[in-house]
Amino acid sequence: MTDLAFIAAISIFTAGLTVSFGALGPALGEGRAAATALSAIAQQPDAAAVLSRTLFVSLAMIESTAIYCFVVAMILLFANPFWNAAVAAAAQSATG
Amino acid sequence: MNLTPDDIIVFSVGGVALNATIVSTWIVMALLTGGSMLITRNLRPEVPPDRWRTTLETIVLTIQGQIDEISALPDRRLLYFVGTLFLFIVMSNALMVVPGYRPPTASLSTTVALALLVLLAVPIFGIGSRGVRGYLRSYLEPNIIMLPFNIIGEASRGISLAVRLYGNVMSGAVIAAILLGIAPIFFPVVMDMLGLLTGVIQAYIFAILATVYISSATAASQVAKEQS
Repeated sequence: MTDLAFIAAISIFTAGLTVSFGALGPALGEGRAAATALSAIAQQPDAAAVLSRTLFVSLAMIESTAIYCFVVAMILLFANPFWNAAVAAAAQSATG
Repeated sequence: MNLTPDDIIVFSVGGVALNATIVSTWIVMALLTGGSMLITRNLRPEVPPDRWRTTLETIVLTIQGQIDEISALPDRRLLYFVGTLFLFIVMSNALMVVPGYRPPTASLSTTVALALLVLLAVPIFGIGSRGVRGYLRSYLEPNIIMLPFNIIGEASRGISLAVRLYGNVMSGAVIAAILLGIAPIFFPVVMDMLGLLTGVIQAYIFAILATVYISSATAASQVAKEQS
């Protein structure tokens, strides 16, 4: 395989791996947080407003770890610096 | 595919290319300032408030109430700073429903600028309420070994603020663009609705985190700690 093919294959594989593992942890965490908040609301329905606001904020905080993984995957797929460097090097060796 | 609106050149003035981020930032700023000026133009005690003025007052009072719940000693300047951040981010995210508009918060440069504002505001508010010495001493808590960790924590706060907002807004746009290629009729609308929801929630979280960071640097937290 050429350098470019190596970089493409490894980038695509790693992007999938990043998103899958990045979704796994936050999904478990969000499930726990939501379950705890629901049981808290069931015990104290009066505090539902405060609880659900706190739940939303904490869900978004947990979700941001998944978003970080997503950003890394997007960089790997669409803005890969190694890909650009390899393309530039290949173009240089082809012309010079 | 365009990951950020930085790459889209809308027009150029005198050889300076203006990209979609700058243009939509100015649109949002013009809408916010122009709308507020138009509504508060007739602000006199004898004029009865109309429905627009009541709407503005409700928004400001809601933000003030949220800030009061978090920070122990409410500060009027905190409302000006955090409220502006919140309104700007909400406006730029919610205008996503307008076709052809690219939210400026989908660009990393905008979110980094907003996060830098928060990082700058923390020492300004902290020094303003506790003095230089008191603020710098907060880096030595609980003891001097924690100094590098406190500094790293400060920097990582800024990075996470910026990347969180950027990633959420950008992922909405990217997913909508991908779905536009797969199922063009129905699903992009659903994902845009989800994007509206996450946009508002992210604006709320940005403002909440800014409030928490600032009020933990001011003397309010010290007073609360002594009272408890």
